[in-house]
Amino acid sequence: MAQFGQTVICGLLIGGVYAVIAIGMTLILGVMKIINIGHGHLMMVAMYVCFALFASLGLHPYIGMLVAMPCLFAIGYLLQRYSIHRVRFVDTILPQTQVLLTLALGLVFVELIRVIFKSDYRSAYTPFSSKCLYIGGMSISLPQLVSFGIAMAFVAGLHILLTRTDFGRSIRATAQDLDAAKYMGVDALRVSSLTFGLGMALAAAGGALLLPIFYLFPDIGTPFTIKALIITILGGAGSTVGALSGGLVFGMAESLGAVYWAPGYKDVVGFVIFIIILLFMPGGLKTVIKR
Amino acid sequence: MAYLDINHVVRKFGGLVAVNDITVGLEQGEIFGLIGPNGSGKTTLFNAINNYYPANSGEIIFKGIPITRMSTHEICRLGIGRTFQVVKPLRRMTVLENVMAGAFLRTNSATKARDKALEILKFCELMPRKDMPAKDLPIADKKRMEIARSLAGDPELMLLDETAAGLNLVEIEVAMAIVRKIRDSGITCFVVEHVMKFIMGISDRMMCINFGSEIARGTPREIASHPEVIKAYLGEEYAKGK
Amino acid sequence: MAKKSWFLPAILGIVAIAFPPLLGGYFQHVLILMMMWIAMATGWNLLGGYCGQASLGSAAFFGLGAYGAGLLYLHWGISPWWGMIAGPLLAIIVGISIGLITFRLRGGYFTLSMLAVCEAMRIVFLNWVEVTNGPVGVLFPRTWGDQKLPYYYMVLAIAALSLYVVYRLMKSKLGYYFVSIREDQDAAEGLGIPSTKYKIYALIPSAGIIGLAGAFYMNYMAFIEPNVVFPLIISAQMILTVMLGGPGTFWGPALGATIFVLLSELLRAFAGPVIGTVHYLLFALILVLVIMFLPNGIIGDWDKVKGAFRRKKPAYVGGE
Repeated sequence: MAQFGQTVICGLLIGGVYAVIAIGMTLILGVMKIINIGHGHLMMVAMYVCFALFASLGLHPYIGMLVAMPCLFAIGYLLQRYSIHRVRFVDTILPQTQVLLTLALGLVFVELIRVIFKSDYRSAYTPFSSKCLYIGGMSISLPQLVSFGIAMAFVAGLHILLTRTDFGRSIRATAQDLDAAKYMGVDALRVSSLTFGLGMALAAAGGALLLPIFYLFPDIGTPFTIKALIITILGGAGSTVGALSGGLVFGMAESLGAVYWAPGYKDVVGFVIFIIILLFMPGGLKTVIKR
Repeated sequence: MAYLDINHVVRKFGGLVAVNDITVGLEQGEIFGLIGPNGSGKTTLFNAINNYYPANSGEIIFKGIPITRMSTHEICRLGIGRTFQVVKPLRRMTVLENVMAGAFLRTNSATKARDKALEILKFCELMPRKDMPAKDLPIADKKRMEIARSLAGDPELMLLDETAAGLNLVEIEVAMAIVRKIRDSGITCFVVEHVMKFIMGISDRMMCINFGSEIARGTPREIASHPEVIKAYLGEEYAKGK
Repeated sequence: MAKKSWFLPAILGIVAIAFPPLLGGYFQHVLILMMMWIAMATGWNLLGGYCGQASLGSAAFFGLGAYGAGLLYLHWGISPWWGMIAGPLLAIIVGISIGLITFRLRGGYFTLSMLAVCEAMRIVFLNWVEVTNGPVGVLFPRTWGDQKLPYYYMVLAIAALSLYVVYRLMKSKLGYYFVSIREDQDAAEGLGIPSTKYKIYALIPSAGIIGLAGAFYMNYMAFIEPNVVFPLIISAQMILTVMLGGPGTFWGPALGATIFVLLSELLRAFAGPVIGTVHYLLFALILVLVIMFLPNGIIGDWDKVKGAFRRKKPAYVGGE
């Protein structure tokens, strides 16, 4: 019983961080109407930034996060403004040109990191990384607990941003109806660039929070992009609440899969969820909750 | 049992009832016109017949076969063709290739499809444009191409959605002539339109809807002088004044 | 579907058949890679370029083809050459099952979902050691030892076959339907085209060709493991070659594949010793530039390419 509780809690904690990453993707999806295939790869860049700070200055990833987030925000802003936006209105044979560009940009960063850092596995292991909390026979990883707390703080902060600020309102307006928003004076390019930056910053936060838990290597991004996509679909595209609930559910499912099925197949759990959603719930959790 | 039976069709979008219990029957070989102010639910009704956005309730029966739950492409195969309010050309294909795409519904041979397409292009007076990429066509020709594309599949019923929108007076006359030719070749036409000259000029019977509900039915002359129709389009005072 | 001049391809064909015996082993290897990528790119283009369903997980078909061949040897001692039939067959059967689920998604969702499929496959093949040998992979003594030439003619035939299959398909009803689905899926449905069914029809030859290339790879390299045949970089390279040459064109994929392989070997030869994997970085950069400035590829945006080389003429044409 304790093992079950521990598994579920562990899953929830990681799910919270997944949720932050997925919210980044769903924001971008809502405003720019594209799937950012480079999402996980740019998260990986943030992780390397944190790692570099850790390796050279001994800065804990939670501190490094404060550097990585603005970095990724800037990168995201510049990428959207000067690259991705350029192909938005071009008439091409393949309709998914923008999406493929996000892939290409992501790959540039992957290979850049690989040239700089090589493909070796890195880690940012500190004495804190193995500290545990013992409650009722369950052992809960302290770093995961802290990460979860920070992740929820970000989600709350984002909620305030989206509902109480003008910028947040511009984002929601652009996501709902681009033309109407433009007529209201919203600068679409500025909003989409800032949103892309914001989405990348959230991914950076997620990456930094995951760094103490995972080994780092250049190709680590791909599974996370996929997880973010599955969570986005699970929660309903464009819905931040959906991404949050989807992330928590996803984390729990993965954790249960790792413990009760097989550890090596943990990443396949997400895939199974994906197939189930596609077959039975195309609208995502959102439609289920609404009913 | 009419040729096309629309029975108590309702279509809602969230809280908005776009089509509110519409019942109408079309006879084979007629041109039936549907008018109504903007947002009255005309295109939504078409989308329900075609199953692009299926009806929430009600039944649609074509030639005695219930088509309410059939998929769009099966409905087309059964003999219902459709043009769109906002044209949907197959942009990077030429006009000829667009029409061939429609012709392949009834044949597997590229040669036969090509011959059929050329025949239809002649019928719709589009031969001079046949090798032009569809995206380069002016709007009137795009609309005519859409009609040709659907005709190539040998439909028995054509749903024409705002064929005359955006056309000048000359182009409207040409479009009217083509629709009459289509009816004369044995195809029933269900026409949705805003341009009065077009729809009054070709319809055998008409119906007017507003806010998703029927408000008048009859011949074009009856519709034109019907107080409810006038009220819907021009407001209360004009209806009373008449 | 414009008329093609057959002169240049015919010359190239003769060169492709007659010259390789005169070249050294290394160059033959490069040509083998080139032909393999021509086949893979052409196969991907059928589903991705012509039908508009850009899959980011087509390495799955490659890997299935390779393992289809390798597992025959591993479990039953059958020569992997039989895999030239089993491999594509496996790729097609699995491909159809995948397609029936993922074709419910459109656009970017579909693209990424195929990546999810491929990643899942990679993980399964890595972990299901009883069946696939896991990370150890499949090793097989090469049939023709160190000779490259027989392999070359085999893969040349595969490349020619893939081009032929695509050529015949695009001239037929299937070709018209594929492009219709790409241009406007809803309009296509309104014309009586069952889009999911025809997307599957595009998937079958695509998966088959890529799977065939995979089976060939097994026989040529004589060693495969999941991280070699299923990674993102293979799927991405399929997309890169097609985007470079021209998606939705006939010769585009072949052109892109040729440039890709030649450039790759050049970079590996010159920059390789200095900075190990820098040629992948250059490719990613090239892909970004191509998508931004030549989004229809070299052949698709040929006008732009020509325009870049034309000297600017003076504005007025009056006198001299």
